[in-house]
Amino acid sequence: MVSYVGKRLLALIPVLIGVTILVFSIMHLSPGDPAQIILGPKATAESVKQLRHELGLDLPVYQQYFRWITNVLAGDWGRSIQMKMEVLPLVLDRFGATFILTLASALISIVGGVLFGIIAAAKKYSFWDRFLMFLVLVGFCMPVFWFGILLQIQFGLKLDWLPISGMHSPGKTGFVDMLPYLILPAVSLSAGTGAVIARMTRSSMLEVLGQDYIRTARAKGMKEQKVIYKHALKNAFIPILTVIGMQVGFLLAGAVLVEMVFSWPGIGTLMVKGIQARDFPLVQGIILFVATSYVVINLLVDLIYAYLDPRIKYK
Amino acid sequence: MADMNIQVTQHTVPKKKAGPWAQTWRRFSRDKAALVGAVLLGIVILLAVLAPFLPLDDPNAVNLAKRLQPPGTDGHLLGTDELGRDMLSRLIWGGRISVSIGFFAVGIAVVFGTILGLIAGYFQKFFDTVIMRFMDILMAFPYVLLAISIIAALGPGLINTMIAVSVVGIPYYARIVRGSTLTFREMEFVMAERAIGASHFHIIFWHILPNCLPPLIVAVSLDVGWMILAASGMSFLGLGAQPPLAEWGVMLSEGRKFIRMAPHVSLLPGLALFCVVLAMNLIGDGLRDALDPKTKV
Repeated sequence: MVSYVGKRLLALIPVLIGVTILVFSIMHLSPGDPAQIILGPKATAESVKQLRHELGLDLPVYQQYFRWITNVLAGDWGRSIQMKMEVLPLVLDRFGATFILTLASALISIVGGVLFGIIAAAKKYSFWDRFLMFLVLVGFCMPVFWFGILLQIQFGLKLDWLPISGMHSPGKTGFVDMLPYLILPAVSLSAGTGAVIARMTRSSMLEVLGQDYIRTARAKGMKEQKVIYKHALKNAFIPILTVIGMQVGFLLAGAVLVEMVFSWPGIGTLMVKGIQARDFPLVQGIILFVATSYVVINLLVDLIYAYLDPRIKYK
Repeated sequence: MADMNIQVTQHTVPKKKAGPWAQTWRRFSRDKAALVGAVLLGIVILLAVLAPFLPLDDPNAVNLAKRLQPPGTDGHLLGTDELGRDMLSRLIWGGRISVSIGFFAVGIAVVFGTILGLIAGYFQKFFDTVIMRFMDILMAFPYVLLAISIIAALGPGLINTMIAVSVVGIPYYARIVRGSTLTFREMEFVMAERAIGASHFHIIFWHILPNCLPPLIVAVSLDVGWMILAASGMSFLGLGAQPPLAEWGVMLSEGRKFIRMAPHVSLLPGLALFCVVLAMNLIGDGLRDALDPKTKV
């Protein structure tokens, strides 16, 4: 296991280098001079030239990259043009809200998706299978931002059960106060992901339920619930876990849209504001942070596979 | 006597076996859900194509006296928006843009992804390493984040959104085509072509590419819906199409400000989006089952 973890960590290095090069390149393809944007339209040519020199923008591109990556590794992610603050603390501060939203959505979609998938597979081709798979199809095709609006109208405006925007009541903080604010965004974000997990769970469970050892377990007189949860689900879980790992990236990115609908003060709303204001250091920092988090999450999922199924590391 | 004649005819003229595409169409046409999807998409495309010839109001004609009218109002079947513009007209004209973006974006992604996948899979070695490692890096980003990143670089706008969404799709198609190419390049029919001195270009485009089509068609049919959603999502964020353009994402975003007074302004474009994506998924699922019945569960 230790050598497997070591190999996977080593394999992470080129991917992370590639990600940093891509993030750096994307931002350097942008039209417009960052120095000019920082100083504004009234800046003199001399002051722009001075700032370009200070920021290292007059250096060759590869030197600019090494300078940027060295600073990033040292914790200096630049300064937001719009907010006049250091990027890293700003991103970390806002990432907390996105993390809570993503985690809550992941929990809802995993529990809901796996449960729907198991029921559909256990009762294959029945009314319940068709009904649940229809719900799953609806969830899969639902635009996440539209689903959010539907929930706002139904549960916020018509029934007045839950708040429709923000993260806390005015002047309050804490988890208990946040909970009602979290429900609608988390549910709307989890629909698509839950649908994918449910489809994969059903398909994987159907495959496992047709195996000989399941027939043997049933022939021994084992209770159906025990057959499904103890024998079938355990072996069906590897492909489900793969999908869950992939979906976490969708959740992180999809959070941008949900945050905009519910005015959730996360990293997504910050990024959209940054793009509209052409605040490149901020946007670059957010993209780097989210992409790195995604790569690390995928690594963790790979390690969980190896833990759950020891055959994987020998492949 | 007549029955006997028929029997004789059946024995003397053997029935021609249906080709693979005819078999696929037969399987597809038996799938009711896929047919519903095809009809739904057909209606949307027909309305979008015929929009200039339909008796509709100008989608951008402002009439503040008639703002936020509910559906069913006289002269406005689906009501009006915050500027008094006819919702039905804007929905149909918006469909032209939203659906076109989806198809164009997939088209661009398929062309580039297929070419890269063919080169990587056929020539292997250096080409394979360089192309596929680059694709791996692109795939290290969550799709939506990569699209947003590209828009951040190019600047908000409809064309830039289309480019961004296409770029995100390229690695997906490159992987599919590379996988198929790796299989087919080792097959006897390709070796025979090589033996008779056929050029790489001929082998790749006349012999390998047609065999890559079935998985590619399924991927495209499932992906168009996603690309329409992604492009509308960008417009919803204010990064894609810009107001006053009648595009479903823009309409949703603008209508959201009036959900208390007139929920139909944001509900209708969302419903249109949902229907198109649903139709594309039903078609995609049907095509997958028809092209490869073994995958059906």
